[in-house]
Amino acid sequence: MVEFTLPKNSVIKKGKTYKAEGATNIRHFEVYRWDPDSGENPRIDTYEIDMDQCGPMVLDAILKIKNEIDSSLTFRRSCREGVCGSCAMNINGKNTLACTKAISDYKGTVKIFPLPHMSVVKDLVADMTHFFEQYTSIKPWLTTESEAPAETERLQTRDERAKLDGLYECVLCACCSTSCPSYWWNSDKYLGPAILLQAYRWLADSRDENDKERLDELDESFKLYRCHTIMNCTDTCPKGLNPAKAIAEIKKLLVERDHL
Amino acid sequence: MDYKATLEKAADFFSVHSGSGHFWYQRVTAVALVPLSIWLIVLLNKALNAPYADTVDWLSSPLNTLAIITWTVAVVYHAALGVQVVIEDYVSTIPVRNLAIRATNLIFLVLGVAALLAIIIILLAR
Repeated sequence: MVEFTLPKNSVIKKGKTYKAEGATNIRHFEVYRWDPDSGENPRIDTYEIDMDQCGPMVLDAILKIKNEIDSSLTFRRSCREGVCGSCAMNINGKNTLACTKAISDYKGTVKIFPLPHMSVVKDLVADMTHFFEQYTSIKPWLTTESEAPAETERLQTRDERAKLDGLYECVLCACCSTSCPSYWWNSDKYLGPAILLQAYRWLADSRDENDKERLDELDESFKLYRCHTIMNCTDTCPKGLNPAKAIAEIKKLLVERDHL
Repeated sequence: MDYKATLEKAADFFSVHSGSGHFWYQRVTAVALVPLSIWLIVLLNKALNAPYADTVDWLSSPLNTLAIITWTVAVVYHAALGVQVVIEDYVSTIPVRNLAIRATNLIFLVLGVAALLAIIIILLAR
């Protein structure tokens, strides 16, 4: 059954507070901290940041904490411009990319947690192993049966290419999947919005010739149909994409193929 | 006669083995239930306000008989499919889940058959 109570060792305690001495323009950041090696419960540390000495984005604040205040803070980041999807985390209750989210978008204290309902590796780092295994399971590459053209690449018309807009931009940050209650309860079998959007990306690709097998794989009550159109995915996507629509398109393809 | 197998077969009465079939039949019954439920309000209004004989007369016209049978079948099937989704969402222990789904299917099957029998008996008795 679904577990609604937390095990004892996951109850979050109050942690340390780091003051910004002498600063006048201060913002508070509460950050989830957990170190598996310490054997202690997770805690919330509070950091005061001098905004006159900090960049505009949430990632800037986290980097400032790491570089100047507390080097033990652990998180993923890479591109700092919303392209790599590494710095996905839960900020003030909503999953987003820390690098593209401005601190000024929030009032008061900024509360930073790892992606919800994922195993935590350390601090803000979630275990993405299962997520990427699910990604592999949908065969995210072009599959063809016809002979490759001798002189050119496999070409698309402009219209065919346009069908990939809103799909190819996904950076697999997992903000959507980890905001989905269905994915929280059944992520062992349900693929979740991110992976299903990727699955549709290949179904929508005019060059891919593997639609039948791709649809057969998805036509199962758990992989696809745990989506109940809750729409948290679309609401939270930091890239402004619409995974719920992509999932609906897959459901439409299956109904058209098998029932109409 | 193998009663256990027969019982299991009955419990599987509603089960659809492909995901898209389940999804599709749930939508089809939902859409069918929109006009049928409006019709049901008319029936309830009649049943609560008119004498019994008038209501049975009204119900025995071919269109109304068809409507009440279709409504009964659609509502029972839709409910069975819907409850199955809830069980699949929240019960993760496979044997318990399967048992719960079969039990609900059986309950809805019995309810549906009982309702259809009641309709037939009422209409034949007039």
